[in-house]
Amino acid sequence: MRIYSCHFCSSPVYPGHGIMFVRNDAKEFRFCRSKCHKAFKQKRNPRKLRWTKAFRKAAGKELAVDSTLTFASRRNVPVRYNRDLVATTLKAMSRIEEIRQKRERAFYKNRMRGNKERQLAADRKLVEENQELLRMREVELRIKAEKEAAKAQREQEEAEMDEDEDEEMEVESEESEAEEQAQKILLKNKRKTKVKF
Amino acid sequence: MQLTWKDIPAVPTSNDMLDIVLNRTQRKTPTVIRPGFKIQRIRAFYMRKVKFTAEGFTEKFEDVLKGFPNINDVHPFHRDLMDTLYEKNHYKISLAAVSRAKTLIEQVSRDYVRLLKFGQSLFQCKQLKRAALGRMATIVKKLKDPFAYLEQVRQHLGRLPSIDPNTRTLLICGYPNVGKSSFLKCITKADVEVQPYAFTTKSLYVGHFDYKYLRFQAIDTPGILDRPTEEMNNIEMQSIYAIAHLRSCVLYFMDLSEQCGFSIEAQVKLFHSIKPLFANKSVLVVVNKTDIIRMEDLEESQAQLVQSVMDVPGVELMQTSCYQEENVMEVRNKACEKLLTSRIEQKLKGTARVTNVLNKIHVARPQARDDVERVPFIPEEAKKLGRYDPMDPNRRKLARDIEAENGGAGVFNINLKEKYILEDDEWKNDVMPEILDGRNVYDFLDPEISAKLQALEEEEERLEQEGFYDSDEEIEDDEVAELREKAEWIRNKQKQMIQAARSRKALNNKSIMPRSKITKSFSELENHMYHVGHDVSKLREKREKAGRGRELTGSDYVRALDEDRKVPAPANQSDRLNGGLSDGALRSKAERMAKAERRERNRQARAGEADRREVAMMPKHLMSGKRGVGKTDRR
Repeated sequence: MRIYSCHFCSSPVYPGHGIMFVRNDAKEFRFCRSKCHKAFKQKRNPRKLRWTKAFRKAAGKELAVDSTLTFASRRNVPVRYNRDLVATTLKAMSRIEEIRQKRERAFYKNRMRGNKERQLAADRKLVEENQELLRMREVELRIKAEKEAAKAQREQEEAEMDEDEDEEMEVESEESEAEEQAQKILLKNKRKTKVKF
Repeated sequence: MQLTWKDIPAVPTSNDMLDIVLNRTQRKTPTVIRPGFKIQRIRAFYMRKVKFTAEGFTEKFEDVLKGFPNINDVHPFHRDLMDTLYEKNHYKISLAAVSRAKTLIEQVSRDYVRLLKFGQSLFQCKQLKRAALGRMATIVKKLKDPFAYLEQVRQHLGRLPSIDPNTRTLLICGYPNVGKSSFLKCITKADVEVQPYAFTTKSLYVGHFDYKYLRFQAIDTPGILDRPTEEMNNIEMQSIYAIAHLRSCVLYFMDLSEQCGFSIEAQVKLFHSIKPLFANKSVLVVVNKTDIIRMEDLEESQAQLVQSVMDVPGVELMQTSCYQEENVMEVRNKACEKLLTSRIEQKLKGTARVTNVLNKIHVARPQARDDVERVPFIPEEAKKLGRYDPMDPNRRKLARDIEAENGGAGVFNINLKEKYILEDDEWKNDVMPEILDGRNVYDFLDPEISAKLQALEEEEERLEQEGFYDSDEEIEDDEVAELREKAEWIRNKQKQMIQAARSRKALNNKSIMPRSKITKSFSELENHMYHVGHDVSKLREKREKAGRGRELTGSDYVRALDEDRKVPAPANQSDRLNGGLSDGALRSKAERMAKAERRERNRQARAGEADRREVAMMPKHLMSGKRGVGKTDRR
């Protein structure tokens, strides 16, 4: 058993998955899913479809030339089984994979280099050009800050009231007065949350 | 090769031919011509006539030439037959005359067409045409004899029996009146005339019959007299040619009763004189009329004479009586058998077939390139094994034996791995991992993998030292973070604004409210201005002042005048009549300009300045048809 790679998108095709097309010249085409199969039947060029490995490699989006990629290949020379050789191979495979991933990360980083500066320059320009919009932002921030302040204040007052209540349970006359006061404050706060000038 | 000529087209007499062709010309070409026509047309008219007539003649001649066989191309038998019947030279000369006439007529037509090209008048052209047709007619008239002869030949050729020279043939020959025709009548269905006088049969007759499911033809020939071939007449020559050319079994008929009028000696003599013609043929001497006299009843001398016929190799003798139909079928069968065996013999004798097969076979015998001997390779081990004997108790143990010992097929399964050739026998039953982390192990399996991996590790080390993997990440400072946040906010806001504008614009099945009817409260304005970031305190002050007593704008006055009512409470909107105009002078100027602008619009009966209506882009009644005296825009 073997993991084949999809003829169209180069993704792995595990045993029991996908479909194979055998052309009349005996060439085999394996497809990982119906999407790839259909695309092939429509004679699409995998190099022109952005979602295929072929495109990504051709367009320089992915690591295409590297020494780690030379290890896996179909050699048409049969090798007799050797326990030691297989053991070293298994170890080597995981090490190679590790190195490959490291290099891919480096490749990606290298590919994305310079994006940050460009982004920053664009941001700077945008901010400079839209100063009048930023005024609106300031208003927004101010309102937000006011709201938060009011909320904090209310919470603080409520906490104070809770403390008072224990004492006020005994004194009824005071209670009603305090309630009235709390309501007043609440109302006041409510009005404050709405923009009133 | 053609064997019958039944479909030769009839050859008309020369006069008929003339009539046919000239009539056809008259019918198939135009007939009306006048002197007033262009000379070109007159010339063409007559040239056509001449050409058409010539073509008609050549066509007819070609039919004749094509229909008659070329005497040199037919089978020798037919050639000789035709020569005796129709006289070869006469035949050839007749056909040659027709062929010559054809070329002559073509020549005449060519000449006169050339002359007609320079004809100056209708009369001249007509005379030229007359001359051309006249000359053609003369040529055709000269063919009177050949045509008559050819027609006779045609009729005779059509009636010739269809004799295939190559098929199985029985040829019946002998003196006249010996019973040849009656024999043919006995063995086939052919309706041959049988009469008791000599030379009843004057030409060849053919009958067909089946023997052993094969088709045979029997040919009855006219009688032959014993005389040199130069003296023979046409009737006899036919039989001679038939005997000479046809691959057949010859039945030589004899009449021992001498009722035919020829003595036995004469008959035997004739046999000996035509004997040279029997080379390569099977011959059967048939003694006919046994109802009158038999071989046994003959006198000694005569019997010996008849027996002398048998001296010729391959000749057999049989007796029959056509009158009593005695022994007829036996004779026929015997003849057929003889013919078939001789044909098979000839086929085998022919070297063509053998060489044909031999040519196809090629046995390659390569030359030895050197002295090195190249023997088949047999391994030493195989040589040592010796012969396997299943009866031997000390025989080699085979996998089949092991299977039988352990319970037979279906119970015991042979471990195929046992025969593996590996460095260590312990490894034989190992299970080889096929897949690791989504990769095929076999793709990586390489005897030199450790060396390669070593190289990779070295490369990796070098890269690390060179700083290939060093990341130059910088920590963002607050300023940059704020800038980014602002930009992000602006982008978001812009998107929202676009969205809002779009939804405002979209009518979505709502009615359009006139601007004058839309009311906006002061608080809405205030709210908006505050959010935009303006200081609203000034605005509020102004409002408070206006609330106390606002002065009326121009539009208020206009409205009051129009509706003849009290000046309404001022609408909360700008004065659009006087807005942007500093004084009365400017205002009157604006009014004048507005009026001027309206004039053209009114003339075109537009509803307003936005009215761009085009009733019909290209009115049919203005754009189509012939243009008369009227104007372009009013018809």
